[in-house]
Amino acid sequence: MSMEKVIIIGSGPAGHTAAIYAARAELTPLLFEGRIPGGQLMLTTEVENFPGFPGGAQGPEMMELFRKQSQRFGTRIVADDVVAVDFSVRPFLVKTADAEYHAESLIVSTGATAMWLDVPGEKKYGGRGVSACATCDGFFFKGKKIIVVGGGDSAMEEATFLTRFAESVTVIVRREELRASKIMQERARANSKILFVWNSEVKEIVGDGTRVTGVKLFDNKTNVMSELATDGVFVAIGHKPNTELFAGKLELDTKGYVVTQPHSTRTSVEGVFAAGDVADHYYRQAITAAGTGCMAAIDAERWLASRE
Amino acid sequence: MTFPYKIHMLELTSSNFDSSVLASSSAVLVDFWAPWCGPCKMMGPIVEQLAGEMPDVVFGKVNVDDHGELAQRYNILSIPTFLVFKGGHVADQFSGVMPAEALKARIEKYL
Repeated sequence: MSMEKVIIIGSGPAGHTAAIYAARAELTPLLFEGRIPGGQLMLTTEVENFPGFPGGAQGPEMMELFRKQSQRFGTRIVADDVVAVDFSVRPFLVKTADAEYHAESLIVSTGATAMWLDVPGEKKYGGRGVSACATCDGFFFKGKKIIVVGGGDSAMEEATFLTRFAESVTVIVRREELRASKIMQERARANSKILFVWNSEVKEIVGDGTRVTGVKLFDNKTNVMSELATDGVFVAIGHKPNTELFAGKLELDTKGYVVTQPHSTRTSVEGVFAAGDVADHYYRQAITAAGTGCMAAIDAERWLASRE
Repeated sequence: MTFPYKIHMLELTSSNFDSSVLASSSAVLVDFWAPWCGPCKMMGPIVEQLAGEMPDVVFGKVNVDDHGELAQRYNILSIPTFLVFKGGHVADQFSGVMPAEALKARIEKYL
């Protein structure tokens, strides 16, 4: 039985930073990057707020640099998905579709995924006017009328970005105020192409069979349904943590995020640490993910040393 | 690594699309992409890998920045979008990131 000192699940900024630190501590980490590697930065274009990149960097290129740096110190990378874990045994058991691995300690950095509305028409018109990636798809809506669903920072960012292309961007907000930070709100409100519809929920996405033509809106103050014509629907209603693997195995909060102890990355299972967006619904930045990835590697290293 | 794959990938344009894709006797997978699209960059190597593994299928890509008229012709509103052509007609259309096996299985339905 081959035995790893530390296994890292996830290949975003948290996973690779944990790997860099663990590798430099001579723990020769094994990192599962998944069949779709790189995390959420792969879906962005320009990253302008990561220190050390004064001219900005493309998200996918930045992840390539992270990956190179963790390999440089001896991280071994497995291009496969973890399908099951068992924390009831020591060493811990980690399974892919066709192999089993054993590890003394484990770092969970599986990240989070953008949520969908889960309303009729959304799947049918996916790629046909419904999008969760403004930077990918905004280009196709030059001179069109589109909507953005959501009231947080990512909704404001998408709406602002989309005004480069669209004739108008209507933001559909469930409440009568925005969740977004002040600076993002101000930027969006100052943009004459951005309109807001308050207290409203998208109940259905309608189309002509080949593309989106509108949405059915429910006003939760007046209980009135209405239809709004639109060429595109950009969904930015938040994220959900990728913790399906850990349900019933690690303590999760009500939203499904891994619970860590204050000022540490320790989870409810001794020897299992969590870093990045999988344990953070508040900051959700590449830099904070990298920071907690570093913490997780140090926590794992010290925990392993304490057992020797 | 890229060399043996590249030779299977057609760079599609308005002038060669009909003759390479619509007139093809084999199934054709067309990848609509752009250099500024993160998910497209994730799928690029996967598509090239399959082009190397699936000799019975013609693989081509359309840069929507350079060939917007092709994107318009096929109602592309999202990238990456993949179209499978069989006998000159669109047999399937799907968008987004997926693992190599999933893309392969989707194409194999049309062989």
